[in-house]
Amino acid sequence: MIRRALVTAVCVGLLATACGGSDATLTIYSGRSEELVAPLIEQFTEATGIAVEVRYGDSAELAATILEEGRNTPADVFFAQDPASLGAVKLANLFATFGDEIMTQVPEAFSDVDNRWVGVSGRARVVVYDTTKIDPATLPSTEDGFTDPEWAGRVAIAPTNGSFLAFVAAKILLDGDDATREWLRGMAANGAPTYPSNSVIVAAVDDGEVDAGLVNHYYLFRRIAEEGDSVVAANHFFTGGGAGSLVMPAGVGVLDGTDRAADAAQFVFFLLSAPAQRYFAEETFEYPLVEGVEANPDLPPLDSLNPPELSLSDLATVLDRATDLVAEAGLL
Amino acid sequence: MWVIGFGVVLPVLVPIAALVIRVAGAGGEVWDTLATGRTFTLLVRSIVFTAAVTASAAAVGVAAAWLIVRSDIAGKRTWTVLVSLPLVIPSYVLALSLLSFFGGRGLFADVTGVALPSISGGFGAWLALTLSTYPYVFLVTRAALRNVDPSHEEAARSLGAGPLRAFRTVVLPQVRPAVAAGSLLAALYTLSDFGAVSLMGFDVFTRVIYAQYQGRLDRTPAAVLALVLIVLALVIVWAEQRSRGRAAYFAARTKRQAPTVALTRRWRVAAYCGLGGLVTAALVLPVGVLVAWLARGLAGGQVIDMRWGAVVGSIAGSIAAALLAMAAALPVVVLAVRHQSRASRWLHRAVYVVFSLPHITVALAVVFFAANYLGGLYQSFTLLVLVYAALFLAQATSAGEATLLQVNPNLEEASRGLGKGAWATLRRITFPLMWKGLLAGGVLVFLTTMKELPATLLLRPTGFDTLAVRIWSTTNDLFYARAAAPALLLLLASAVPMYLLVIRPRRLP
Repeated sequence: MIRRALVTAVCVGLLATACGGSDATLTIYSGRSEELVAPLIEQFTEATGIAVEVRYGDSAELAATILEEGRNTPADVFFAQDPASLGAVKLANLFATFGDEIMTQVPEAFSDVDNRWVGVSGRARVVVYDTTKIDPATLPSTEDGFTDPEWAGRVAIAPTNGSFLAFVAAKILLDGDDATREWLRGMAANGAPTYPSNSVIVAAVDDGEVDAGLVNHYYLFRRIAEEGDSVVAANHFFTGGGAGSLVMPAGVGVLDGTDRAADAAQFVFFLLSAPAQRYFAEETFEYPLVEGVEANPDLPPLDSLNPPELSLSDLATVLDRATDLVAEAGLL
Repeated sequence: MWVIGFGVVLPVLVPIAALVIRVAGAGGEVWDTLATGRTFTLLVRSIVFTAAVTASAAAVGVAAAWLIVRSDIAGKRTWTVLVSLPLVIPSYVLALSLLSFFGGRGLFADVTGVALPSISGGFGAWLALTLSTYPYVFLVTRAALRNVDPSHEEAARSLGAGPLRAFRTVVLPQVRPAVAAGSLLAALYTLSDFGAVSLMGFDVFTRVIYAQYQGRLDRTPAAVLALVLIVLALVIVWAEQRSRGRAAYFAARTKRQAPTVALTRRWRVAAYCGLGGLVTAALVLPVGVLVAWLARGLAGGQVIDMRWGAVVGSIAGSIAAALLAMAAALPVVVLAVRHQSRASRWLHRAVYVVFSLPHITVALAVVFFAANYLGGLYQSFTLLVLVYAALFLAQATSAGEATLLQVNPNLEEASRGLGKGAWATLRRITFPLMWKGLLAGGVLVFLTTMKELPATLLLRPTGFDTLAVRIWSTTNDLFYARAAAPALLLLLASAVPMYLLVIRPRRLP
């Protein structure tokens, strides 16, 4: 009897303590990885005294979670790594509107046209290639060239990766369904090797396992930071203004239903502040988007990249379509 | 008691009912998902894969059990422990160690400079799951073989049948129900497995459901595929029940142990090589590879960022789940054993059906339901523990049942006859007599919860971390050295209770 009472007591106690609400903290849904974001969050809490709880996940997964939760979402802030996920929450009318004091800090092209989310750092799509095997002059001028038999089995992709899918979504908006389907089928027919993530592709190119790959620009710099001068891989930027030249901002929005609007706004200001922008430039090798903070000198200047003209939030309308087309082509 | 009994399975059953309603309400889109050739391919691939793993696990499990019970090899006790121990290694840890041994960036290539071919894909997934599921078949078959009446086999042998033929025609049919039960566990485990197939990059239902959940804004396709997988799991359970119904049971009529079969020299060498190879692949290699990665990480100056929060999360979640499952198992067991009725049979069945559901589907259903209807419980530790307890309740009840069946009902009747009420009798007679069985069940629930991955990934509260989640999140970028420390800790934490269970020969589920 005593044992049972004990068991019950422990049970109830455990459950009760775990039920404690989390209203006292700012809840952030972060589609950016813990490894990357945790140090920044620490700086934020140190600077402002605002306690933060972070739910990490895939950007699209967290966007879908917010859509599912609707107005009841526990999230106060959504920090995502691609504009499609931010666009989905915007199109569901779940973001509050930012004022000029936030929006004017970042070039218009990298934020939402209706001021529902703001770009924080820039990530360019590139071709990473093995300099010992490929002369950059022989690289095609757009991604369309990679369906050529010349590149059979030589260009890796990460078909489940959010950035790759955002790029496919951009291609659908720019070139249409048919052209995108054809390109994906062409890549599949060409035997493009598939990898689980961008960083694995960069490592594979550097190790000589595959000649080239479609990735984001900064993975190479992380590789160089870890491996030093022995790295033989290099980045090639498509600057033709097509989907291959996409620059995807990571961005942030504040949920409309938040009861911590002031703290949430402080977090957004913090991400746009010089220390945070420097963190992106120096630690993650992304493009800082706020004027006054310089990008890594090894990167071509942001205004030379010529990204396609798109309303970035619209990527959300074709993101699932992109997944379907990738699956249809047999790449998933 | 009914309230508690049904109350525990409701957190799973209600969301699944809601999932059915939601999918039914989605209309045309459901058909769009189902009608694609891709869904059909997925169905065929999942079935073939499950069958392949089950067949190989059954072959390995039966062969090992026969060698250890019936042949004259030495060191049987040690072999039993070594061959059962891989039960504590979660499939995703096994997959991780295989992946991190083979391939261009594997341990072998790292040490010798010679790259082994990569093992990812269907073959790797099959190997990892065979090595993680054969112990289920082994343990059940071993127990059955020990109870087989030897006279039939002796008769067959005296009529001129060789040892292999006698085994195939006489012994195997007698242990068939046990092999079928073990194979059912292996099949359900394989069908539900999420971690190993995901790491190996092999697209079966679970992996695709998670990919759809994670990568798409519209979650209807994930919900539709989850329902298909649930149906598939139920069909397997139903088929096994049917085959069991028709199979004849051969009760042991004698306590006499069958004499061991003397192996020829050549066969004996083969037996040692086979068992040794099995233990190497399923136990020595995974643990060795993890230790090696940990050592290399440390030697390379890598800071092993051991998050104690994950350790605390794993242990707190598992203890809470075990306690809750034990508390809920008591009424279920008492009702099923002492108050047999249509309702108690339904409750019992519901507990086992929930146990057989793939976790990714349950988690998906609960996320949908909680986000829409359970504001306060959504993303709470309470809800996570409730789901754990419901998922693993069957383990606690089966252990409890085994004990209660051995308790003479006269004791309880005497208590009632002496004027004590039903509640007082339960408290003072029934519970004290069966709590050890419940405790064994609780240990099993603890073990299983420690390893749980997909439900934890989807349902965990913000900021809540477990060792399983930690291992999972380090593997996407192939940071093997970083995954090694949490993986070893997880093995350590579950090996202790597992060792007690195997060393003290107890009925395993």
